[in-house]
Amino acid sequence: MIEVLADRYVYLFVLALLAIGLYGVLAKTDLVKKVIGLVIFTTAIYLFFIHGSLQEDATAPVIDERGTDPALYVDPLPHLLILTAIVVGVGILGVALALLVRLYRTHGTMDEGLIVQHLSGIEPGVEDTAATDPEPGDRDPPDDGRGHDGGHGHDGDGA
Amino acid sequence: MSQIAVLPLLPLLFGAVIAVLAGLWNARAAQGVAIVATAASLAASLTGLVRVTTDGAVTYALGGWPPPIGIEYVLDPLSAFMASIVALIGLLVVIYPVDAAFDIRPGRGVPLYALVLLLLTGLMGVMLSGDLFHLFVFLEIYAIATYGLVSLGGAKGVFASFRYLLFGTVGSGLYLLGVGFLYFSTGTLNMADMAGTLPEIAGSPTVLGAMALIVTGLALKMALFPLHVWLPDAHSFSPPGVAALLAAVQVKAGAYALIRILFDVFGPAYTGSDGLPVSAALLWFGLAGVIYGSWLATRQADIKRLLAYSTVAQLGYIGVGIGLATRIALIGAVLHVLNHAVMKSGLFLVAGGIIQRTGLKSIPRFAGLGKRMPVTMTGFAIAALSMVGIPPLAGFWSKFYLVWAAVDVGNWVTAVVIVASSMLTLVYFLRLFEQIFVLEPREAVVADATEPSGRVIGTVSVLAASIVLIGVFNVVLVRHVVGPIADAAVG
Repeated sequence: MIEVLADRYVYLFVLALLAIGLYGVLAKTDLVKKVIGLVIFTTAIYLFFIHGSLQEDATAPVIDERGTDPALYVDPLPHLLILTAIVVGVGILGVALALLVRLYRTHGTMDEGLIVQHLSGIEPGVEDTAATDPEPGDRDPPDDGRGHDGGHGHDGDGA
Repeated sequence: MSQIAVLPLLPLLFGAVIAVLAGLWNARAAQGVAIVATAASLAASLTGLVRVTTDGAVTYALGGWPPPIGIEYVLDPLSAFMASIVALIGLLVVIYPVDAAFDIRPGRGVPLYALVLLLLTGLMGVMLSGDLFHLFVFLEIYAIATYGLVSLGGAKGVFASFRYLLFGTVGSGLYLLGVGFLYFSTGTLNMADMAGTLPEIAGSPTVLGAMALIVTGLALKMALFPLHVWLPDAHSFSPPGVAALLAAVQVKAGAYALIRILFDVFGPAYTGSDGLPVSAALLWFGLAGVIYGSWLATRQADIKRLLAYSTVAQLGYIGVGIGLATRIALIGAVLHVLNHAVMKSGLFLVAGGIIQRTGLKSIPRFAGLGKRMPVTMTGFAIAALSMVGIPPLAGFWSKFYLVWAAVDVGNWVTAVVIVASSMLTLVYFLRLFEQIFVLEPREAVVADATEPSGRVIGTVSVLAASIVLIGVFNVVLVRHVVGPIADAAVG
């Protein structure tokens, strides 16, 4: 039992990181902490790949005088994949932070509950006018939709 | 000419770059670039579709590295079919007038059409990629473009976009983890190569774990109930043109990847009797989504929110088709991808036209619109009746095949649920029909409303006409395109 755990401790570590990250994304109400959870989650995946390519007594995959035995060289592909995945992850993180900046400027808070509360005070159709349309014309007046819209109660489900 | 396998992608990718530059010079030029790029992509996709349905699949080794070492692009009937849908809907959305599609008139340097082209590039790459990791990269490319486009929808859009970013990234992370499991047990990322080695180890815990992770990740991407929680907000708060793209083609990329990986890569590990109950899970969650989405759609007053919940239900149909995993069911699922794409984009574009002319989004205030916008509303009626499943319109046929498949395997619950959900669909569209066609105008904006601009009418008419044509010529489509796709997947 101990040996099995000792052999697999990296997987347990990765699993723990995945769980921590997912917990952060789902359970934290602070949006910055959600993003941190997301980063932990993706980093755990990177570690899983890197650990998978681990090989004792092997070296960089440049064929030298030691011959062509594959056991002598590390599989370079997981490193390559993770390099790509990190780049993709940085892009996602950049978009997430940009959205956070916009959310903070609009609502003055990073708390999910407060933002939802604030948003539910804005009726659909009106905030578009204020935010993006230079000439607010004959859009919906603010009283539109309230009382008819059964969907608003479902906005918060599961998230 | 094996380059045809990569040709539908290239105009979109280069178009995205050129659209950024053109947008710096003149905002209208970017739209022109987008129209040319998507039209070229559509031409390449349709040429490819005709070619592969007669001569068989075409592969292209990217950069000259032969697979399985290099990245392979595969154009077979399924991917050509999906690529054509992506390019067609993309073309119609970029032709659609910019202020109606995106609620803004972009200034110089706003890379609006570059984002749309990037979204289409990502989707097209998902359809054409023959490599599991390459598919992941394209999943993220289209996702990043989507987050930007959804955030155009005002304060609510930004928050919906942020939530979607969290769910989308977790989804693609799970997919990547599953791909890692598969790579470490087979030593390859090429789909065809992996399909050759997987049957020997089909029952191993690693492969089953990979299947569970990949299916969960892609179900998040395609918003299959109960992982749909991001969809209603993202689709209803984003501008109409973006919503049309998202509902019509973006969520279908997840559905396509699911079909491709489950049937072509896992094959026996999925369709075989032992192993994980993945097909049962897809079937029952799909049915639950059909009921849930249809029920909530009947309770919405905002037209875009109604359409968003209806999308949850329609994606449930596709899940049911994949879950039943017979030839007939798969025909139904693949047909429904096409049908839902033309119907839902048509409905969203009509909603965009209404919002452009009157600013109204709330259904109880639509009274009398039918008399003011007869052409647009006729298109709306055709798309809505097709959603309900009135023969001979397109939407009837996918439901017909799904019910047929359900009865075929003796799963009566599925048949009953599909018919019952058609009734619910009828309920929520009848409410709209009553407002639009029966009642007299009450609001001043409705009484003064006129038909939206020519390009709105044009795109809606094209979609309405294609709904009728797909329905009428359904037999031809199934015999020459969809049937062979299902044969290749199941057979």
